[in-house]
Amino acid sequence: MADVPRSFQDIILRLQTYWAGNGCAVLQPYDMEVGAGTFHPATTLRSLGTRAWAASYVQPSRRPTDGRYGENPNRLQHYYQFQVLMKPSPPDFQDIYLGSLEAIGVDMAFHDIRFVEDDWESPTLGAWGLGWEVWCDGMEVSQFTYFQQVGGRDCHPVPGELTYGLERLAMYVLGVDHVMDMPFNDPDSPIPLSYGDVFRQAEEEYSRWNFDVADTEILFRQFRDSERECARILAEPETDPRTGGRIVMAHPAYDHCIKASHLFNLLDARGVISPTERQAYIARVRALARQCVEAFLQTEAGGWTE
Amino acid sequence: MPDLLIELFSEEIPARLQERAAEDLRKLVTEGLVKAGLVYAHAGAFSTPRRLALVVEGVPHESPAVREERKGPRFGAPERAIEGFLKSTGLTMDQLDLRDDRKGQVWFAVTERTGRPAAEIIAEVLEAAVRTFPWPKSMRWGTGNLRWVRPLHSIVCILTDEAGSRVVPVRIDELTAGDTTEGHRFMGSGGFSVRSFEEYETRLKRGRVILRAGERADRIWTEARNLAFAHGMEVVEDRGLLAEVAGLVEWPVVLMGEIGAEFLTLPSEVLQTSMREHQKFFSVRNAASGRIERFLTVANIEAPDQGEAILSGNRKVLAARLSDAKFFWENDRRTVERVGMTGMAEPLATVTFHGRLGSMAARVGRIAALAREIAPFVSADPDMVDEAARIAKADLSSDMVREFPELQGIMGNYYARMAGHGDDAALACEEHHLPKGPSDKVPIRPVSVAVGLADRIDMLTGFWAIDEKPTGSRDSFGLRRAALGVIRLILVGDLRIPLGDVFRKAASNLGAVASTPDLEDLMSFLHDRLKVHLRDRGIRNDIIDSCLAMPGNDDLAVLARRAEALNAFIGSDNGANLLQGFRRANNILVQAESRDGRDYRSSPDPALAVDGTEHALFQALEAANPAIDNAMETEDFGTAMLHMASLRPPIDAFFETVQIDTDDAVLRSNRLRMLHRIRRICLSVADLTRIEG
Repeated sequence: MADVPRSFQDIILRLQTYWAGNGCAVLQPYDMEVGAGTFHPATTLRSLGTRAWAASYVQPSRRPTDGRYGENPNRLQHYYQFQVLMKPSPPDFQDIYLGSLEAIGVDMAFHDIRFVEDDWESPTLGAWGLGWEVWCDGMEVSQFTYFQQVGGRDCHPVPGELTYGLERLAMYVLGVDHVMDMPFNDPDSPIPLSYGDVFRQAEEEYSRWNFDVADTEILFRQFRDSERECARILAEPETDPRTGGRIVMAHPAYDHCIKASHLFNLLDARGVISPTERQAYIARVRALARQCVEAFLQTEAGGWTE
Repeated sequence: MPDLLIELFSEEIPARLQERAAEDLRKLVTEGLVKAGLVYAHAGAFSTPRRLALVVEGVPHESPAVREERKGPRFGAPERAIEGFLKSTGLTMDQLDLRDDRKGQVWFAVTERTGRPAAEIIAEVLEAAVRTFPWPKSMRWGTGNLRWVRPLHSIVCILTDEAGSRVVPVRIDELTAGDTTEGHRFMGSGGFSVRSFEEYETRLKRGRVILRAGERADRIWTEARNLAFAHGMEVVEDRGLLAEVAGLVEWPVVLMGEIGAEFLTLPSEVLQTSMREHQKFFSVRNAASGRIERFLTVANIEAPDQGEAILSGNRKVLAARLSDAKFFWENDRRTVERVGMTGMAEPLATVTFHGRLGSMAARVGRIAALAREIAPFVSADPDMVDEAARIAKADLSSDMVREFPELQGIMGNYYARMAGHGDDAALACEEHHLPKGPSDKVPIRPVSVAVGLADRIDMLTGFWAIDEKPTGSRDSFGLRRAALGVIRLILVGDLRIPLGDVFRKAASNLGAVASTPDLEDLMSFLHDRLKVHLRDRGIRNDIIDSCLAMPGNDDLAVLARRAEALNAFIGSDNGANLLQGFRRANNILVQAESRDGRDYRSSPDPALAVDGTEHALFQALEAANPAIDNAMETEDFGTAMLHMASLRPPIDAFFETVQIDTDDAVLRSNRLRMLHRIRRICLSVADLTRIEG
């Protein structure tokens, strides 16, 4: 029990080291606002096509409706997910995963690890898979999913996906009751910083902006613009007039799908989308995701060959 | 004869699917074996979170040889017919036999199949079972195309007899069957090979896996009760949870913890629901105070610290969950104390009940109006009913019900009391949802009944108006359940309600939101549900039909009583014989009426009675007629049937001795008028012409 992590960042570093040691490329977060690590093109787009893939990364994730002004012990509008995607899913994926829990100090002899049924579905991405919530002593510490479809397309080979909710997992491992009290860096360092030191103020500011201040007219306009731009990009001919090469712009188009999705989340938090409209907006984002996925399959990374 | 052992070892199978999957495996394999001629002695199927297992005892070494003869077309039949026969038998012309038949020569196909070794058959049957397994949802993994509920890792398939065991060669894509498996994920000690089912079960247990779900459940339940008992407490029974938890662990270890004192003021239903739904905990009640004070969790490992770390983690998670619940509870309480139940119900105006049937608030208005109309029929105070109906759905907007939809109604009861409503209104919030299922208790408090009926009838007329009726197995709005609810409320309370009128009222409440529903169709839907309900209670369909044909059939209570009485009567000797008498009378009469082109409805003349039995029948009819009418008037169907039974001997005697078709036209007409009288009396009870057999 000696080798236990002492801070939030220690847990992140250990996960990165562990997955690097298991053959994953350790990527960096995607530079856009997303609701979950799944939106990173390294997961969404790379789940498709025939080419093998192995990546892990931390992804800052935003859920505007979960903002609690930094007061709730475990709810945040901005938090971190650790994401792993391996395609094809390795035969011993479960065992490798359990190794990652050991790496962050969870002793399997003392803790009760369970795989509890969870069928994952993302209506905005047109994606679904089968797998589990992984429980540690009754707490959900990860989502474990074998992707079956993304953007309405079958995944073949099948990727195995892992998502760790980092704050919750770290609070558990570190024995902290309020997220803001959690040590971010080593508590014995010259300038010890808590999670609250880093994020409390931002949580408060964003909660106010998300719920009451964000200009909904601008957000609606931006949503429409992203939607239009996504379609426009994909409507361009494959051949680039400048270079004469074949360049299908799946990634730039997908950026606008990501934007639309986040704008929808912001509008939802502002409470300006009625329950009936909600479904329609989700369907609009899904339509973008589908088109981007189709475009990606026409690219080299998506398995396209001459 | 050898025994067959199969194990399909996979990643964790969802708990709710395990039992069914084991049964499906048993069925697919044993049916496949029998179809191929391998008749076995006994089969048993088992499941744990990571495996499905099957043992088949007494499998023959090989399937029996089969000789099959098939008769084909006759000699000289068209070529096409002969070709078809060859194709269906898989033979060639020179393999056919030509044999003499009574009418000439006929082609025969004789096929002889030698017996096949059991292993060969098993391999085929197992592969087919795996490939066609009826999982509700299945998946692919890695690079393969095989589908299973979660990745399938290994297969054991062995045949065991006195001489020893051998692996049945089975290959399914990348998986090759063998004789090795493994024990518990964390407490097992790696893979091991097995030679028989007994050894399999024993070694699994040594590897900390209990193969039988029932044994796991028993162990959980016994440990749970002992733990609770040791603290003077009792476990709240929950069979569904027990079965689920037994499917989440291979080696159950029960641990008991305390609920934080700050949460003990929450309603017990909230504690139970939160613990069950989120954490799969059992609730433990203090036998003295009746309060839920502890929880039981079932871990999958025996930890060196006796589960202390596991318990402390679970306690923490529970505290976070219950903090949420407490927050909802206090929020809701503030709401009802500030604005009352009607205030709490206000957001229902923005909640859509159904796109074409308006908001929930509009529906509540309709239910209240209809409940008021129903009130007099159930002896309820219309104002009280109105009050109850207007608050009955308020808890739909509470934080607690949004989090735990299954607490709808129960929270309404709590919140209504907080807001100062009396017993009737508060209980109606909870009871109007009942019965939910066919085995639920049916409420009898008049206010609850009125609101419950109005709720369901509004729903039925509404969906009929927008033509969203149940079809086949699709009933997305639960309309069959709603109809059964109406039926049970009426029958249990023996309520006299003219449903036709109530339907019309409900339809008019719909006003502009929908088109006019086909209420006759709705009534026949209810009649169909009533038939199903009564059939379950042993009443034949034709008997119900004969009662449905009577006027006033929208009064379900009378309809059911009539059917029950008639069912008992027809089942008796007297009833069965009277039915024969009625049929004879009716047949003769119908023939005579059509032949003569006239009816015989006028009264028979006793003076024209010739025979003694004719006199006796006259007298019996005279006596029975008013008695039956009286009984029918008071809807005392049992008594009416008794009087009908008294007609049986004179009718039997009459047919025995009296010739109806005589040459004397006057006598004949009088006797036909007598038959008419019999028929009229019988038909006043039910339309006996609809009874079969």
